[in-house]
Amino acid sequence: MAASSETMLKKPHVGKKRKPPTRYWERTEEDGKNDGKKQKEGDNNEQTPQQNNTRTKKGGKRGGKRGGAGKKVISGKSDPFPGSAPVPEEKLKKFRRGVKGELPPRPQYKLRDVVIRSEAASDLAQKQNARYDLMLPEDAGFLEGDEDEDTCTISQDDIVDAVDITAGAKYFNLTLSQFGPYRLDYSKTGRHLLLGGRRGHVTCLDWQSKQLMCEMNVMETVNDVKWLHSEALFAVAQKKWLYIYDNKGIELHCIRKFNDVLRMQFLPYHFLLATASATGFLQYLDVSVGKEVVAICTKAGRLDVMAHNPHNAIIHLGHSNGTVTLWTPNQREPLVKMLCHQGGVRSVAVDKTGTYMVTSGMDKKLKVYDIRAYRPLQSYFLPAGASCLSLSQRGLLSAATGDIVQVYRDVWGIPVTKPYMAHRAKGSVWGVHFCPFEDVLGVGHGEGFTSMVVPGAGEPNFDGLDANPYRSAKQRQEWEVKALLEKIQPELIGLDPSQLSQVDHSTWEQRHEDRVQVLGFDPLAKEKFTPRLKTKGRSSSGKVEKRKKQVAHEDQRDVIRQTVEDRMKIDKERKEKEKKKAAAAGQKSALDRFRK
Amino acid sequence: MCLNNKLSEGDKINLSDLIGTLDKTPSALIKTKKQLKNLQHNQSTLETPLTRKETEKIQREVAFEKTSKEVSRWQSVVLQNQKAEQLVFPLNQEPSGPKRIEHVVAGWKAQTPLEQEIFSLLRMNKQPLHDPVLTPTEEASLRAMSLEEAKIRRAELQKTRVLQSYYEAKAKRGKKIKSKKYHRVQKKVMRKEYLKQFDEMVKTDPAAALEELKKMELSRMKERMSLKHQNSGKWAKSKAIMAKYDDGARKAMQKQLEVNKDLTQKLVIPADEDEEDEEESAETLPDFVNDVEPILDQVNPWMRGKLSTEPMMEESNRLDPPVWPREVGKPGEGQDEQEEDEEQMEETEEESLLRGFEERRKLRQTEDKAEILEISDYDEEAVEISDDDEEAGLSNFTSLFHGLVNHMEPPADQPKAGPGLRQGESPALLEEGLVRVRTLEDVELLSQDISTSDTALLTTQILGTEETDTQSATQQADKKRKKMIDPNEVLTKEAKVIEMPLAPTAVEDVEDKEEQRVIIKEAFAGDDVVSDFLKDKRKQEEAGRPKVIDLTLPGWGEWGGLGLQPSRSKRKRFRVKVAPPPPRQDQKLPNIIIAEKRDSSIAAHQVCQLPFPFEKPIQFERTIRSPVGRTWNTQNAVQKITAPKVVTQLGAIIEPIAREDLIKDNRQAVTGPSINLESDQGPQKKRRSQQKKQHKRKKN
Repeated sequence: MAASSETMLKKPHVGKKRKPPTRYWERTEEDGKNDGKKQKEGDNNEQTPQQNNTRTKKGGKRGGKRGGAGKKVISGKSDPFPGSAPVPEEKLKKFRRGVKGELPPRPQYKLRDVVIRSEAASDLAQKQNARYDLMLPEDAGFLEGDEDEDTCTISQDDIVDAVDITAGAKYFNLTLSQFGPYRLDYSKTGRHLLLGGRRGHVTCLDWQSKQLMCEMNVMETVNDVKWLHSEALFAVAQKKWLYIYDNKGIELHCIRKFNDVLRMQFLPYHFLLATASATGFLQYLDVSVGKEVVAICTKAGRLDVMAHNPHNAIIHLGHSNGTVTLWTPNQREPLVKMLCHQGGVRSVAVDKTGTYMVTSGMDKKLKVYDIRAYRPLQSYFLPAGASCLSLSQRGLLSAATGDIVQVYRDVWGIPVTKPYMAHRAKGSVWGVHFCPFEDVLGVGHGEGFTSMVVPGAGEPNFDGLDANPYRSAKQRQEWEVKALLEKIQPELIGLDPSQLSQVDHSTWEQRHEDRVQVLGFDPLAKEKFTPRLKTKGRSSSGKVEKRKKQVAHEDQRDVIRQTVEDRMKIDKERKEKEKKKAAAAGQKSALDRFRK
Repeated sequence: MCLNNKLSEGDKINLSDLIGTLDKTPSALIKTKKQLKNLQHNQSTLETPLTRKETEKIQREVAFEKTSKEVSRWQSVVLQNQKAEQLVFPLNQEPSGPKRIEHVVAGWKAQTPLEQEIFSLLRMNKQPLHDPVLTPTEEASLRAMSLEEAKIRRAELQKTRVLQSYYEAKAKRGKKIKSKKYHRVQKKVMRKEYLKQFDEMVKTDPAAALEELKKMELSRMKERMSLKHQNSGKWAKSKAIMAKYDDGARKAMQKQLEVNKDLTQKLVIPADEDEEDEEESAETLPDFVNDVEPILDQVNPWMRGKLSTEPMMEESNRLDPPVWPREVGKPGEGQDEQEEDEEQMEETEEESLLRGFEERRKLRQTEDKAEILEISDYDEEAVEISDDDEEAGLSNFTSLFHGLVNHMEPPADQPKAGPGLRQGESPALLEEGLVRVRTLEDVELLSQDISTSDTALLTTQILGTEETDTQSATQQADKKRKKMIDPNEVLTKEAKVIEMPLAPTAVEDVEDKEEQRVIIKEAFAGDDVVSDFLKDKRKQEEAGRPKVIDLTLPGWGEWGGLGLQPSRSKRKRFRVKVAPPPPRQDQKLPNIIIAEKRDSSIAAHQVCQLPFPFEKPIQFERTIRSPVGRTWNTQNAVQKITAPKVVTQLGAIIEPIAREDLIKDNRQAVTGPSINLESDQGPQKKRRSQQKKQHKRKKN
């Protein structure tokens, strides 16, 4: 798993941990203490039951059924800690979804039942999730320097000397000076690496075991490479078309609809490959069925800056006029257009939670935005500007300036003045990418590829059902089927991913408009009356007009008749109801004598 | 009869005997007589029987009542079953799985000598054997509470509840009172009481007092964070306006600021300012987007406004010497004093309020005039409607930007277009130069890099310089503008320089950084990114605004023809004004354009009609707020949440509910077990075992 746990300290400055990972046995002790306290409270309550009745009631409930049953059991001791173990409040908070509302009043008992039941279900789910959270004890550790030592001066060799062999093996260089500079991509599990050299060299390998899967030269310029949903397929944006290869290097598809692609992003839960082309088109390819979902002309020139928001699957494009635009496949115009830089935008990165966006521009500035509120948080001036940006799962930012890769920690919090780590690559950097679930930063440059060790970069706790770095082939196959079944349709992409769980407030007219737009015609529109052509002077314009009028008149009469009938019906019903009411009441009031 | 028989045993009975008895009891005779008379009087015949229809009707009614009564006995059971989360058919089955010892033991007797011995031992120790599981002492303790006691206890509880509700009602009423004075007095009383208590506590329980002190400190910190004592509140603003004329108001403001200062004292950190972009700023327009406002306190962005107040005050001292020095030198005045002062000043406050009203009225009048002018303009040149719109639609941002440009120039006495205005702008933009967004003082302040968030103080100075009412009105307008400017200041962030431990090797020639900077600046001098963006934004705003519909028909009711315009009144009458759209999402974000178009694609997947029991969307949304799937929940939770409504045992005969079940009135037995969502521990043993059984059967 994460190298953070392995980057143990031999030298004083490397891998000093803030706190040891919390283990479940420690947790339980604490819990036990808490429990004891609560128990005491409960005792107190029992001693003074008359003081606060409500509390004692609750206490009884907390005891649960087990406690209640304990009285009647003959054998065995009574449980000193009756009921289920309490769950810490903070943990519960972590798994809270939405807020509880008020219960509807008692008369609406059906609604009340439904609401109570759903609340109970969500409470149960929350509690259980919080309870099982102790299975994820790993925490990320960071480099810490001595008193007057900057962590950015610690070189990779120092780190490698200090850490164990497996962690040390994660720092390596691939010297590929012939076909560089290189772009790279890690697969979703972080196990496989894909390299694409500018001059046509494409290779993929299992970088941890250094096992080469395939290597080839496509004899064309390679603009970008991207893994698809699993390590079995990858896409290569070549000089003219987009190609898809399998991991043996066999060309599966050449997609002629996608031309001049410069950048690609893969949306793993939607199975969409989004491409940005030199002609200004943003295209989406559904890789599960192999169809183009939509092609949007952005009218913003050459698109060579692209990022995607992992939280809501929105594509961010950077433009030469300093703006960053946000796109979904559902709208032809950008959802949001942000003016970020004075000069052109050079690179964009969005963090895992979808909260922050980091941009760098030609004006040598590095800016951090809160993309929920679209407000700038921080602005930094980098002496040489950053050409590539990448954000790790734990929020480390890597920025490449020339041939130097810098890693920053917590750029959106307190303003940083110095990088967390820095490393000089052999050539000018062309692509940087953090490896998921590993403390590794991959750097593609003019002279090949460098894999850097960056403590604290990767998420130490992986979800085995989602992206399991240790999965077998069988597991991968099963995962693939499940993932396909759970595929999210492209229509659901929007700024707010929780929109689906909200009731559509739009009016009937709006919905009708949407329907008309989808169908291309109005299904409820009345057919316009065109008078039949009659001979012998009966189709003179006057006659035709008269006939039209007649028909219109007839229609109007129909409408009026209908409304009158409806009104009568309602009146009648009302009267009947009143009569019934009166009959039910039985008694005659003094005013009844005036009734007919 | 019996009596007679007894009598007859002795001797013969004569008629006289019988009659004699009658004589002895005259009342009975009278009764019978009466009855006979009545019969004679009642000459009427028996009623004819009802018709068949009628009798049938009555019979039906009776039968209906009877059966409905019968059926309604099932009502509760049916309802129960409808409500039940899960029904396991066949109902009433014995729970499978291990049974409790008590149940097993109940029908069992000790037979072997060993067993008998054990049981005798148990008996000796007064241990319960079976059904009554409790020991005698326990039972006694259970019995200890009598019915009367329980009743008394209940009464007590009722009383407490009622008292509680009274108290709540009272508190609610008190909360609703809007009188400020009332609350002020209330607060004062509370504070005094609290202090008294605290003093006592210091004597009696120093540890608790220390705790209290900590709490007070915490509340102080909270207050400090709340920015409550800055001059951005409603009260403070009103005071700021009146500060020029009113000593009391000035004093109050001063005190407020003092409080603020006191509260913020701790956090003042000497901020190092490395302004690297000095020479870049104040030359060309594009640069202000990035560097206008430095962050004085880089650690805490919230502190910016506060820290700036100090220099601001100095500034004001310098500018307005006769007014300010008097109040500045009054340190060490607590919060309590301030409140007392406030009470004293109420009179002056009233005056100030009155004045404020007057000013506002005047402002409104001037605005009305302006509107009238505009309307007349509109009528004169119907063709130029679009142009007018453009003028009106000059968004706040443009005015802001141009204002920023203008303030670089000497104050525009002559309405001359500043050089900052670009050629591409319409003439309407040029006219905008008349509106002065910032005064000289502001420019000075700006040059000293002070944030303009303290508009209140600024306006006091501005008001000081001006005499006439109209001018003050324009100033008010200015203030409005400034309010809209504020978000901009958020946008302009000072870039922080990052030190690089390693200098990048020159791939391109980066020897002379300055030179390169100049080159870049030159390269981007031409394409004005900001103005392009603003134009784009304005265009979008225009597109979103509904158009005024003109329904005037020339020639109706008057002469029409070439060169003839319909009359003004008519045009006015037939112009349909459309309600303005809701404010745009990006109204306050100058560097953002948010598309207002509805995304209808997701609407197809959303719920558009609430399902049955729900009445408000929020209720429904809350019930679907947490996911159900296995990706987000534990296995156990998923099983419980998605349990089926009806479970039938395979191959079991499901019989209708029998009458016996009803008589038993054991609802649990009828409805069967319910899913336990309360406890989150332990798997559902029952259901699992059932499922296992089902599996077995399937296999068989």
